[in-house]
Amino acid sequence: MVEEIVHPKDAYLRSDRFPHIWCPGCGLGIVLKSYVDAISKLDIPYNNHVLVSGIGCTARLPGYANVDSYHTTHGRAIPFATGLKIVNPELQVTVISGDGDLFNIGGNHIIHAARRNMDLLVVCVNNFNYGMTGGQHGATTPEGARTSTTPYGNIEHSFNLPYIMSSLGASYVARWTSLHVRQLTRSIMKAMKIRGFSFIEVISPCPPNFGKYNRFSDGLSQMQFFYENSVLDNNADLSEAYIDFTGKRPLIVGEFVHRIRPSYIDLEKELIRKAMEEP
Amino acid sequence: MITIDFDSEKIYKTGRTPINLQNFRKPLGRVHIIAERCKECGYCWTYCPKEVLEKSDYVNKNGYHPPRVKKGRENDCVACGMCEAICPDFAIFVEEIKNE
Ligand SMILES: Cc1ncc(C[n+]2csc(CCOP(=O)(O)OP(=O)(O)O)c2C)c(N)n1
Ligand code: SF4
Ligand code: SF4
Ligand code: SF4
Ligand SMILES: [Mg+2]
Repeated sequence: MVEEIVHPKDAYLRSDRFPHIWCPGCGLGIVLKSYVDAISKLDIPYNNHVLVSGIGCTARLPGYANVDSYHTTHGRAIPFATGLKIVNPELQVTVISGDGDLFNIGGNHIIHAARRNMDLLVVCVNNFNYGMTGGQHGATTPEGARTSTTPYGNIEHSFNLPYIMSSLGASYVARWTSLHVRQLTRSIMKAMKIRGFSFIEVISPCPPNFGKYNRFSDGLSQMQFFYENSVLDNNADLSEAYIDFTGKRPLIVGEFVHRIRPSYIDLEKELIRKAMEEP
Repeated sequence: MITIDFDSEKIYKTGRTPINLQNFRKPLGRVHIIAERCKECGYCWTYCPKEVLEKSDYVNKNGYHPPRVKKGRENDCVACGMCEAICPDFAIFVEEIKNE
C-alpha cells in the first residue's frame, strides 16, 4: 500500500512540512496546487517569484511553496508586497491571503492598491469567515449566513469582491471556486503576465467553521454546492454577482475584467524619465 | 501515435466514426497514491470522470482511508489528471503510460 514515491509538484514545495496543517477538505491545498502548477508552466524565471501573505489559515500558504515567501503581519501583505515590487520591479509578486486578512483588517490597503493599479497579483481565498480563529463573521460573510458570532444569521450586507475590485479599476478580475482548479491555474498564469493590479477570488470550503454552521457536513458537500450552483458568466453584471448559500441564486464565476490600463510601475518609470529630462 | 482526450464509445454512439480513428488511442494512466498524506476528503473518488477510484480500507498513520483503484478498473484511467489537480493534500498523481 505505502508507495515510496515523490509527487511531481514536490520540487516546488517545502515537502518536509507535509502533511500540511489544513483540515481535511479545506480548499487551501488546491489553491497551493494551482499556484505551483502555474509557476511550473510559465516562462517567468523561478527565482523571480515572490509570495506574500498576512495572517490566517490562508496566510500559511506561502510557507509551503518553495519560493521566496513572506508571512507578514495581519492585514499588511499588500503594503509589504507593494514595497517589494517598487524596489525591484523585475520580481513577480503574488499575494495569497484570506478574506479577513485582505478585506477586513487589510481592507484599506487593497482598495488603494487596486486604485493605483499596482503591479501585483492578489489571490483572495474567500471562505466567508476567520477560519484560523474559530469561524467569526466578517465583511465577506453572506447575508443570512451563520457563523460562530452570527448564530442567528448575519444581518449585515457583505462585500461583493469582484464588483469592488472592478469598480476601482483593477486590470484583471476573476472569480473561481476551489472546484474550478484548472480554470484557476489558467487564470493565475494569465494574471501573472498582466501589467497592473490583478485580482482573483477563490471561493473555498472551510468544513469545521463556515461549513459546519451552514449545514455543509464536510468539504465534499460544499464542493457539491459549488458544482450544482456555479454559473460561468464572463460578462456578468458584477453588481449582481454577490454570493449567498441559499441555493436560490447562481454562484457566478468567470474572468470578468481584463483591461489595458497604465500600471503604477509604468507610470512611475515614465515620471522618472520625464523628471530626469528636465533641465 | 497521437494521444487526445476523448471517449471513443461516445463517437461510435453518434454513428460518425472518424476515418482516421485508428491513428488515435485512449490515453492510459497509472495512479500513484501517497497514502500517508491523504486526509480522506473524497474529492479524488468523487470527481474522477471515469469512476476509477474508491475509498480503501487501509488506515494511514493519521487515521484516514486513502483512495485505491477499483478492482477491474486498472486500465480505465485516462490520465485526465483531475484527481491530481483536485487533491488538496498532494497525495495522488497520475502518470501517463506511453507505449509506442
Ligand atoms: C493584529 C491582529 N489581530 C487579530 C489577529 C487574530 N487573527 C488571526 S487570523 C485572523 C483572521 C484570519 O481570517 P482570514 O484572513 O479570512 O483567514 P482564514 O483563516 O479564514 O484563511 C485573525 C483575526 C492577529 N493575528 N493579529
Ligand atoms: S479552519 Fe477552515 S480555512 Fe483553516 S485549515 Fe481548517 S478548513 Fe481550512
Ligand atoms: S487521472 Fe482522471 S481518470 Fe485517472 S484516476 Fe485520476 S481522475 Fe480518474
Ligand atoms: S483527494 Fe487527496 S486527500 Fe482527498 S481523499 Fe483523495 S487522495 Fe485523499
Ligand atoms: Mg477566511
